[in-house]
Amino acid sequence: MTDENRRSFIRHSLCLLAALTTGITGVLKPLIALAERNSRAFAAGTEKDARAALFPGQQIETSDAIHIEARDVIENGAVVPLSITTKLPAAESITILVEKNPNPFIAKFNLGPGCSGFIATRIKVAQPSDIIAIVQSQGKLYSTRKFVEVITGGCG
Amino acid sequence: MASSIRVKTSMRDGLTTVRAIIRHPMHTGYEFDKEAKKLIPAHYIENVTVHHGDKVILQCDWGRAISANPYLSFTFTGAKTGDILRISWTDNLSGSDSIELGIQ
Repeated sequence: MTDENRRSFIRHSLCLLAALTTGITGVLKPLIALAERNSRAFAAGTEKDARAALFPGQQIETSDAIHIEARDVIENGAVVPLSITTKLPAAESITILVEKNPNPFIAKFNLGPGCSGFIATRIKVAQPSDIIAIVQSQGKLYSTRKFVEVITGGCG
Repeated sequence: MASSIRVKTSMRDGLTTVRAIIRHPMHTGYEFDKEAKKLIPAHYIENVTVHHGDKVILQCDWGRAISANPYLSFTFTGAKTGDILRISWTDNLSGSDSIELGIQ
């Protein structure tokens, strides 16, 4: 291999490598941004702090297009079945907070494009409290709340 | 070992419903072990990701207040019978598990 050839070979290899890298990162870029875990929101001790850590500086409107399905009176706070349904178009995320829990931020569900606005799970509720659902839809935030009575608290 | 995840799917009018239960203690770190006379260390699932084929359709950030043996249900559109659904979780102690199944 002559010097000229070698240089050309190296140059081409580098170009190919660059093209491959861009291609691969492009393909692997997830549809939903896998954001860093929001530890500050999970550690927040009040609903206000949790909201501020989750949605800094954003307005949250109350909306009746979100429905929280949970029993009014709960015997065992360790297992509280709960579902959240929203009719808001193209819901991007559903966030659950329990106002009186030691850490009010419970969970955030980031919905992909095919997901309909429905999530069901079971959560722990420490004492009688409002449950708050926040839905992100078309870049705006909407919320609703429902009070549940708890007989035995569920945070150990 | 059997998977920690049990999943059922059902399809109706183009809408797929997924119901999953994950076997996991979900310790908050606030519970007191009376026999050992100390707090049970926090051990809980932080992230659950659901793929439909190679697309992420649901990504969940969980705190310690999801009940033990977490239940998760959601619905989505655009699936065909036999499409691959993959559910995976990771916890705060670097534990993880996943399951793949064909949508029915």
